[in-house]
Amino acid sequence: MHPAFSVIFLTTLIGTGQGLFLALFSGQTYSAVNLLPAQHSSFYITGSLLALILLIGGLMASFFHLGHPERAWRAASQWRTSWLSREVIALPIVMGLVFFYGVFHWINWEVDLFGNQLPGQVTLIIGAMASVAVFLLYLCTGMIYASIKFLQEWATSLTVINYLLFGGASGFTMATAIAAYNAPTLVGFYGSWAIILTLAGLVTRTVSLYRNANIKAVSTVQTAIGIRHTQVQQKAMGMMGGSYNTREYFHGKTAAFLKSIKYIFLVLVFPLPIMLIVAGMKADSSLLLMLAFVVQFVGLMFERWFFFAQANHPQNLYYQTI
Amino acid sequence: MTQLALVIDLNVCVGCHACVTSCKQWNTSGAAGPLFDDNPFTKDPTGTFFNRVQTYEIGNFPHTETLHFPKSCLHCEDSPCVPVCPTGASYKREQDGIVLVDYDKCIGCKYCSWACPYGAREFDEQDKVMRKCTLCVDRLYDETLPEAERKPACVLACPTNARLYGDVHDPESEVSIAIREEGGYQLMPEWGTKPANHYLPRRKTKVHIHEDELVRVDNPLKKEDIRHETSTEVTLDDWLM
Ligand code: SF4
Ligand code: SF4
Repeated sequence: MHPAFSVIFLTTLIGTGQGLFLALFSGQTYSAVNLLPAQHSSFYITGSLLALILLIGGLMASFFHLGHPERAWRAASQWRTSWLSREVIALPIVMGLVFFYGVFHWINWEVDLFGNQLPGQVTLIIGAMASVAVFLLYLCTGMIYASIKFLQEWATSLTVINYLLFGGASGFTMATAIAAYNAPTLVGFYGSWAIILTLAGLVTRTVSLYRNANIKAVSTVQTAIGIRHTQVQQKAMGMMGGSYNTREYFHGKTAAFLKSIKYIFLVLVFPLPIMLIVAGMKADSSLLLMLAFVVQFVGLMFERWFFFAQANHPQNLYYQTI
Repeated sequence: MTQLALVIDLNVCVGCHACVTSCKQWNTSGAAGPLFDDNPFTKDPTGTFFNRVQTYEIGNFPHTETLHFPKSCLHCEDSPCVPVCPTGASYKREQDGIVLVDYDKCIGCKYCSWACPYGAREFDEQDKVMRKCTLCVDRLYDETLPEAERKPACVLACPTNARLYGDVHDPESEVSIAIREEGGYQLMPEWGTKPANHYLPRRKTKVHIHEDELVRVDNPLKKEDIRHETSTEVTLDDWLM
C-alpha cells in the first residue's frame, strides 16, 4: 500500500496521546492506593493537556486524508459494521473524557463517593471511564487494518496488539519526560514501564515481522484472472499513464529502501530509546528523557510507514506491468 | 431476489476497448458529473475509469495465447467494500444487487477501495469521492430509452458480443445459462466475496478428423469399378473408321 502521511500522523499521534493518558491515570491509581507518592494536580493538568493536544493533532491529520472533511460527521453512522466508523466515535469520546479528566484535576472538585476520604475520587472515576475508552480506541484503530482479511500482512491480532503496545510505549516514554520536569518521584515508575512496554512491543513486532516475511499469498495471478497455467504474464494494464490503482496500492520504492526503513525503525523505536531512558534516569537528565521520547516517536513514524508499505494488496496482481 | 451482473466471454473478447470508451462516454455525461481526466492529451494521461481491458500472455513462445481481460466492479454478492464504509455512502441495492456509491455522502476516506480485493474502485481526484461501475443503473430503468437499449453501455458497445448482461439469480436468464453451460467462473473465489459478474473461459473449438474420414475405405466407386477385359475381336467401330 502507499503510505499516506496523514494516516501515519493520525495513528502515531493519537496512539501516543492515549498512552500518555494511560500513564497519567495509572500514576494516579497507584498513588491512590499509596504505592506511589501523590502528585500535585498541575502534573495531571499538564499531562492531560498534552495528551489532548496529541489527540487533536491526530484528528487534524486525519482530516487531510479525507476528500470531503466537511462531511466527516457522516462517518459516525455505520458503527454497526465499520471499524472506521467506530474509531470516529471513540476518538471524540476519548478526547472529551481526557478533557474532563484534566478539568476536574484543575478545579479540584472533591466528593467522597466511596466514603473513605480518598482524595480525587471524581477524577479517578472519569479516568477509569477514559481508560476503557482508550483501550476501545486502540482496538478500533488496530481493527481498521486487521479486519481486511485479504491484506494478509495486517489481518492478524498482532496488528491490534502492536498498536496498543506502541502507543503505550511512546505514551509512557513521554510521561517519563514530563515527570522529569514536574513530578520527579514518578520518573522511575514511568521509566520502567516505558522500557517494559517497549520491550513487549519489540517482541510482538518481531513476531509480526517474522510472520509477514513468511506469508504465502492466497491470491495469485491465476486466481485473479482464472486461468490455470503456470506461465501468465501481464502485457498491458489497460492504460498508459497510471491510475488510482497504480498510485494507491504501491509504495513505489525499491525493496532495499523498504528494508532500510525497517532497520531504521528497529533501531529508533527499541534500543535507542531504552538506552536513553536508562541514561536519563541514571543521570537525572530531563533532556535525555525528552530525547528518548522524540527518537521513539520519529521511529514510530518510520514503523508506520513500513507497516503500510509492507501490506501487499491483491489488486496489485492486476497491475504487474507498470 | 435479483442480482444483475455481467458475464464476460474471454473466448470472444478481442481487446478492442470499445467497452472502456463507451463506459467512459456514458458515465462522464451523466447526472453525477464528469469523470475526471488529467493530462488527457499530453504525457502521463490519467483519469477515472470504471472499466479497464488488460492483456495477458499465457504460456511460453511459441505456445502462447493472448488473453484480453476486461475488469470492472463485479457487484459482489457478499461485497467486502460495503460494510467497511463509515458513512453508508457505499451500499448494495436490495432490489437488483447493484453496488453503488452515493457521491453526496462519500467523504473520500478510500477505506472501501482498500477493502475491494479486485481494485475495482477508483478515487476521483477532482470530485474527491470514490467512484465505481454503476452497471449503468441510469440506463437500466430509463423508460425513455427503447427497451433494447436498457442495458449497460459496455454491453451495447461490444462488437463481438463478449459481454452478456442479465440476472444471475434467474436460472433461465441468458447469463445463467451461459455460466452453467460454458463453464462460467468467478475471480478470486478464495475470499468468499461471491462476485456476481462471471467470466467464460477460453474454449478451443476442436474438430476431430479420423483418417477414415479422409480416405474412404468403403468407397462405393471402387466397388463398382469392375473392369472387363477388352475384346480383341473386330467391333462395330472398326467398321466405321
Ligand atoms: S468488485 Fe470490489 S467494489 Fe465491486 S462489489 Fe466487489 S468488492 Fe465491491
Ligand atoms: S471513500 Fe466514500 S464510499 Fe468509500 S468507504 Fe469512504 S466514505 Fe465510504
